[in-house]
Amino acid sequence: MLIELNNICKSYYQGKDAVPVLFDISLNVDEGEYLAIMGPSGSGKSTLMNIIGLLDLQTSGLYKFDGQDVGKCTDNQLSVIRNKKIGFVFQNFNLLPRQSIVENVALPLLYAGVKKKERTERAKEMLVRVGLEERMSFKPTQLSGGQKQRVAIARAMVTHPRMLLADEPTGALDTNSGEQVMKLFHELNNEGVTIVMITHEHEIANHASRIVTIRDGRLEQGGFTEKDSKQEDNVL
Amino acid sequence: MLENIRLSLQGILSHKVRSILTMLGIIIGIAAIIAIVSTIKGTNEQIKNNLIGSGNNAVAVQLYQNDYPYDFSYQDTPDGIQVVSDDIKKQISEFDEIESVSFYRTRTYCDNVYYKKNQFDGAMFGIDSNYFNTAGYQIQKGRGFTSNEYNNSAKVVILDSTAVKSLFSSEDPIGQTIDIGTEPFVVIGIAIESNPFEPVINSEEDYWTYMQSSSGKMFIPSKSWSIAYKYDEPESCLAKAVDTDSMPTVGKKVSDILNTTIQITDNSEDQVKYQSEDILGQAKSLQDLSSSTNTMLIWIASISLLVGGIGVMNIMLVSVTERTREIGLKKALGAKKRRILIQFLTEASVLTSIGGIIGVGIGIGLAQLISKIASVPVSISSISIVVSVIFSMIVGIVFGLIPSVKASNLNPIDALRYE
Repeated sequence: MLIELNNICKSYYQGKDAVPVLFDISLNVDEGEYLAIMGPSGSGKSTLMNIIGLLDLQTSGLYKFDGQDVGKCTDNQLSVIRNKKIGFVFQNFNLLPRQSIVENVALPLLYAGVKKKERTERAKEMLVRVGLEERMSFKPTQLSGGQKQRVAIARAMVTHPRMLLADEPTGALDTNSGEQVMKLFHELNNEGVTIVMITHEHEIANHASRIVTIRDGRLEQGGFTEKDSKQEDNVL
Repeated sequence: MLENIRLSLQGILSHKVRSILTMLGIIIGIAAIIAIVSTIKGTNEQIKNNLIGSGNNAVAVQLYQNDYPYDFSYQDTPDGIQVVSDDIKKQISEFDEIESVSFYRTRTYCDNVYYKKNQFDGAMFGIDSNYFNTAGYQIQKGRGFTSNEYNNSAKVVILDSTAVKSLFSSEDPIGQTIDIGTEPFVVIGIAIESNPFEPVINSEEDYWTYMQSSSGKMFIPSKSWSIAYKYDEPESCLAKAVDTDSMPTVGKKVSDILNTTIQITDNSEDQVKYQSEDILGQAKSLQDLSSSTNTMLIWIASISLLVGGIGVMNIMLVSVTERTREIGLKKALGAKKRRILIQFLTEASVLTSIGGIIGVGIGIGLAQLISKIASVPVSISSISIVVSVIFSMIVGIVFGLIPSVKASNLNPIDALRYE
């Protein structure tokens, strides 16, 4: 079991008032799974993803990532887990505009303490892997949206993480580029990488092997149904 | 670290105007400090050189009474002062700090020297064979004294160029006869200083501080002194120290040993004693005077550095806010707090160090300009350059600390969400 969420609650504080966002969420994700989390905006799906990605801590409940109780980790330990075990893909790519795409992809390796020569080599390998070998010296601003997202995926995968966490990965892309990204996700999943993806598009969610929906901070469908969910969604 | 510096430079270059404006305070502060320090140092070196003469390091030890040199031109030979024995001379010449030593008699003003009808009103020296070497003279024309002349009270005289000018108009002085006392002395040579002592005169005060007798000097062999003056007149000692810093030690040691030969006749302050002129002390008090006024200026310049530092802090805070997303991303990708902290600290200190380096450049230019316009000497020390650059780096670290801590404490999720 890679992800174990047990009775996770999360509240934000606006002044003195606690605003609850997530209620009592329990969800398990197995190693190698491809999970989509769906939900309308404001449903708390981004908050859930931040908690899964160790960017935010739950207010109550137990979260074990790869067997480790996340609530007991220090800030630096969380940084190390994020660096080594989780790859992030964002809706708006979040590439550093002033650095070349090789440098962007190599960034997580810098934090992992990898030597410069090896960093560049591994970053280039990943760029070849996502089909951008001809644009290595480009700056992100010279690339199309789809290409940028592929750079972001290369960056996410460069440390060979256990899990890829994607927040609306196709939200800013045209259909064609979106399909390419989905194809890459499938390949990665087939290689054994666990993928957790947040989206509000059914078509995109259908690429996953399991879909859970979150509404008003609660998981609506049980986190354990499988396969049939695809058909169900199509009906909906 | 190199990577951080490279990234900082990249960041600084991508906001050229902002970076330069931010550095301005540091640049002005450092430039002002470099200019002031160079001026102080230049003035101090000039004072030292003017008083000591450049590189000769000769210390004169002579008789003093009540802190004034005892002048045989106007005063009788004091009681209890013996002629310095050969034994004492030998002891002095063996001091480690002394390169060479000479014993001589002198009168600062002599009223009994004539060439035809021209009276000489300069100084007379009765010298031994070491004098020219120790005092830094060389024979420009004619010849020096032979050992025969030194030992046998020969009636020969050597003039310095000023004395030549004051006595002879156009004729060649070599071979002419000068009356000293009532005895005729033959001019055999003209001596000049090997490294002419030319104080840099910038003001009237400097003139009175540094100018010496302008009527020149005459030299006769010490043994011949008794022909014109008294044979038992006490000798003074001129000792050439191995380096400038040993001069006070040499002065002290020579006067101490010479003072052991004095029979104390008067316990009051009127007692005549050997003493050296404390040239370094004089130089120091003059230097202190010029430094104290300039120290104030350095404080004022430091305020500019403080203002510059606050400017850096301000712009770094803006930069942290602007780059919230970048910081959030880096944290998401696994950058630890420390790394973010160091990144921003590096950026602040690279910014101020560049400011410091530019400031040093402008400061040097400014110092040269001051030296041209106000004809004040400047001396740019490499230490002050290094200290300035390090100091501006420290300013960056100190004032970059608050923004950097702020950046490193950003919550990655808040940072990523920031628009």
